Amino acid sequence: MQFASEILSNAEISPAYWRVRLTAPREFIGARPGQFVMVRVAPGIDPLLRRPLAIFDVGPAAGDAPAWFEMLYKVVGKGTAMLSALRESDGVDILGPLGTGFDLGDDDREKLLVGGGVGLAPLHLLATALARRKSPVRLFAGGRTRGDLLCIDEFEALGVECHCATEDGSFGARGLVTTALVRHLDAFDGKAALYACGPDGMLRALARIAAGRALPCQVSLEGRMACGVGACLGCVTAGREHSAQTPDYRRLCVEGPVFESSELKWGD
Amino acid sequence: MTAARMGVSLAGIELRNPVMTASGTFGYGEEFSACVDLERLGAFVTKGLSMRPRAGNPTPRIVETPAGMLNAIGLQNIGIDAFIEKKLPFIRSVNTPCIVNFFGDTVEEYAEMARRLGEIPEIAALEMNISCPNVKHGGIVFGSDPASAAEVVAACREATGKPLIVKLSPNVTDIVSMAGACADAGADALSMINTLIGMAIDLDNRRPALANVTGGLSGPAIKPVALRMVWAVARAVKLPVIGIGGIASATDAIEFILAGATAVQVGTASFITPDAAQRISEDMESWMRRQGESDIRNLIGALRV
Repeated sequence: MQFASEILSNAEISPAYWRVRLTAPREFIGARPGQFVMVRVAPGIDPLLRRPLAIFDVGPAAGDAPAWFEMLYKVVGKGTAMLSALRESDGVDILGPLGTGFDLGDDDREKLLVGGGVGLAPLHLLATALARRKSPVRLFAGGRTRGDLLCIDEFEALGVECHCATEDGSFGARGLVTTALVRHLDAFDGKAALYACGPDGMLRALARIAAGRALPCQVSLEGRMACGVGACLGCVTAGREHSAQTPDYRRLCVEGPVFESSELKWGD
Repeated sequence: MTAARMGVSLAGIELRNPVMTASGTFGYGEEFSACVDLERLGAFVTKGLSMRPRAGNPTPRIVETPAGMLNAIGLQNIGIDAFIEKKLPFIRSVNTPCIVNFFGDTVEEYAEMARRLGEIPEIAALEMNISCPNVKHGGIVFGSDPASAAEVVAACREATGKPLIVKLSPNVTDIVSMAGACADAGADALSMINTLIGMAIDLDNRRPALANVTGGLSGPAIKPVALRMVWAVARAVKLPVIGIGGIASATDAIEFILAGATAVQVGTASFITPDAAQRISEDMESWMRRQGESDIRNLIGALRV
């Protein structure tokens, strides 16, 4: 659905990272973890395209207050800079929720969420949904420095055990988040399922870890996207058996953005 | 006030209004059926089709530019057999003319595509793509030389009695002579313009922003170029012209009609507003009424020069 939305709040929560809360139609509460929206930050023609952003949280209408949703975003270019300049009661146009979400999986597996930087954004709604179920949920959050680890206390408030890692050692363990994850997996003998969003290198490493240990692993991908509804074919990623002779491109916006890592072709 | 008459006829097809969607921006129609009432459009044009499925180019395939975007999708498509099997049933269910865009690697392949598509009753017209800038064999060879264009258009003309629209490339020295060659070879209409070849650079890593290095520029940035070309061709060639290039509003569309276009296609605007084509056609009708115009046909080529 396409709707005119009003900003309820928009604040910088860490250097370059922002959190925005927006009004939504009542039905938006049905957004599934892992879905995203296409945001038109300004009505003009520059920037021309919408920006794809993950849904961080949703909330129902209460009394006179409308339903809402939140996004966590990093200012990386013109569009996100313009979004960060918007204030309470400013309007933006939203298309969504779009895409497939995460599959919540079986209750007999421990859920291991792995997020790098702003990749934590789609994992919060997922953690909210998983926390209502029986299996334990852990979050492995990584970044270059402590400012890249976002909203950890809110994951903890959901009952999620958080394992943090920073490359500079300024918060949590020093090193890569995948190292922290492997350490946990080595010490753990139960069944686990991975859910991840973050930089390409992190996802590639996770795909390898998951394949080596035969773990289900859902990854949420980012990509350049024009339409968000499957028409432009700009946002494709290669499926495992893809080749020029047997094309298998998957659209992030429709078949994704969440994929089982074993279904994708990963470069070296 | 009574509604303005918006219907036009083009190459023997009756359109309820002059607004179509552009190939490559609207999938096969069904992708947008949740947010667009296809039966409010004049026609819809499907993604370029080839004999065999095509993988398309590696990513990144798109990049935004000021008031526009570059794409190098590379004609990814499911091929004619899958189209007939999987996409025709939906097309059959929609009471709006469907125009199928197609291309080939050789003259013979173009003609064979035209023959096969021409036999399908659900298809209202064919749009020949002789102008994709992003692949070696996307037709640009045919789209940049008048003699080659005439040869491939004549071969398709021979192969089908279906209305034949030729989509022209702006990446030529003299678009009027290209248009004339297509007209003489038997085209029923011309759609123009396809994208302009451009490029963008990612300064942080000193690489091209697109994996294909170059791509096709579309969006509001190209509207003035498109208007000029439509105007030049419409006054020189006796074929109906479908205006394309950066149309994002009803007034953009009416400018193309004044310049000589009988109909228009909305492309990149559908990426930002999925129902852009429908809105534009509705807003055009309102504009007509406000202007006291009763019939859109009176505006075709009515530019006061």
